[in-house]
Amino acid sequence: MNSALSAGAPVATPFFFYMLSGLAVIGGILVITRRNAVHSALALIVTLLSVAGLYLMLYAPFVAGVQIIVYAGGIMVLFLFVIMLVNIERASKDRRFNRIWPIGLVAACTLMGLFVSAFVKGRALFPDRGMPLSEGSNTQEIAKALYGEVNRAGQYTFGQYTFAFEIASLLLLVAILGAVIMTKKKI
Amino acid sequence: MPNFIMSYLGSTLTPGQAGNQFWALIYVLIIFAGVSVAVIAMNWIERKALAHFQIRLGPMRVGPHGLLQPFADALKLMLKEDIIPSEADQFVFWVAPLIGLLAAFTVYTVIPFGPSQAVSDMNIGILFMLGVSSLGVLGIVVAGWASNSHYPLIGALRSSAQMVSYEVAMGLAVVSAIVMTSLNSTGTGTLSMIGIVQAQQQQGVWFIFKFFPLGFIAFGIFAIAMVAETNRAPFDMAEAESELTAGYHTEYSGLRWSLFMLAEYAAMIAVSSIAVTLWLGGWMRPFPNLLHAPAWDFIFSLFPGLTFGALAAIALLGTVRMPSHSFFKIQRVGLAVFAGLLGLIALLLLVIAVAGRSADSSLAARFNDGIGYVYWFVLKVSVFMYLFIWYRATWPRYRFDQLMKIGWKVMLPISLGVLVVTAIVGVIF
Repeated sequence: MNSALSAGAPVATPFFFYMLSGLAVIGGILVITRRNAVHSALALIVTLLSVAGLYLMLYAPFVAGVQIIVYAGGIMVLFLFVIMLVNIERASKDRRFNRIWPIGLVAACTLMGLFVSAFVKGRALFPDRGMPLSEGSNTQEIAKALYGEVNRAGQYTFGQYTFAFEIASLLLLVAILGAVIMTKKKI
Repeated sequence: MPNFIMSYLGSTLTPGQAGNQFWALIYVLIIFAGVSVAVIAMNWIERKALAHFQIRLGPMRVGPHGLLQPFADALKLMLKEDIIPSEADQFVFWVAPLIGLLAAFTVYTVIPFGPSQAVSDMNIGILFMLGVSSLGVLGIVVAGWASNSHYPLIGALRSSAQMVSYEVAMGLAVVSAIVMTSLNSTGTGTLSMIGIVQAQQQQGVWFIFKFFPLGFIAFGIFAIAMVAETNRAPFDMAEAESELTAGYHTEYSGLRWSLFMLAEYAAMIAVSSIAVTLWLGGWMRPFPNLLHAPAWDFIFSLFPGLTFGALAAIALLGTVRMPSHSFFKIQRVGLAVFAGLLGLIALLLLVIAVAGRSADSSLAARFNDGIGYVYWFVLKVSVFMYLFIWYRATWPRYRFDQLMKIGWKVMLPISLGVLVVTAIVGVIF
């Protein structure tokens, strides 16, 4: 055993970071290049799970768990459900990138620029939280120190940010009602 | 390196929490081997029990009382030709069983076999379990689609609709158990699997009996939903053989098919472990607070050895009752050897129980405690595994619309109501 495996070593090693980010990027590229919609959906699941892994590395296990349950477990199953009922033979012959792709490219480049600038002067933008990464402290202690436990998330959701939370759920309700009205001619 | 390995032995944390990769790997290997053996045993018990329910004998030819039948089956499945239909989506067809298997086995990282007998403890434990086990449906859906055939596709659609529907009721039942951890004297609630059992220990009650009948109803909802969740009879709509041949794995054969079976049984053990952890006190022996004298500790620590002793006695009885024809000679010798092995294990466990009797922190005492925890946990889980067989032998299969009706119109409102009432009762008391 070398020093990297000594007791209490943090899991958030560069190896895991590059592996998970690499998987996320490869999955993302596959989503838009695969002709078969089911393959795209599977690639998207890989991306979502890698992002969940990145959340774990940031000591945010609750966000990672929710990411797996909601996106990978819930939404993607419904995605696959719908995709299977689509005629793949015909869909795969459709034109892949429609005519507004230059606009999309500009938007993507702007976002990329934003990320790069945030990365370059991140120290100035975000105050240093002072990660308590002392030898021997396990990941749960660090997570507790940084974000508190799950009950802290609950207190924020139903305390400080109740209004935003309720607005978001109202928006979702409207979306569901809209979907029902659009699909059902006669209610 | 020896220091790194030895230093964990005095720890009261799980290897994951202590950051000890070596012991984490050992635990993973032990659990993987244990689950595989459990699946093999379950396979044999299910065939025998179903046969006796239907007044048949079941497997009798391969080994005494068909004890070697699972191994013969495994060998057959491994040697069979692995067929991938020419019209199937090759890659997805190949990867589908692996998704199911991965989801079923990943869950075992947080199952607490004891206060430190788990690979790791997360503060989102139960959330992680529900999330990862819900990924198992992806394997089924994808398998049905990739087969490029009608029955598998219909089976996959049915199964995904069923699993998504019952996940809701199951999740609400789990939440009402989690709400119970945060009530009364114990202060803060927890999602950690180990924390949930410790909360039951502190409150001095299994959550199935707490706020009677609220805990009992939530447990009942979970016990029904978990049968639907694992696609077992009477909810095995996904593989209803009279309607869909074999459902989503119709086109699978050989080793790939056996991977689906392995994933199904591993998932059954996993959901049973959730039920045991949340409502039945996890690794705790009966009445740990009431009967906590050292003498009681010693008596309860004899149970593992006595259980194996009883199994050995049953095997020995089988040896005696074997027909005295020369044809059965090999079987008789084999069964006697098996009984001897079980007896040796029983003796070993009894020796450990006697050696670890003192309540100090010596290695023998710690080992004795660990065996006790794992024993009670496994015993409770195996009750559920037997129930799975019993259900299958007793109840006819539901129709799909009945299944959906029960899921959405009966189980969901009840579990939601139980959750609300539990929260109110918890605030009042």
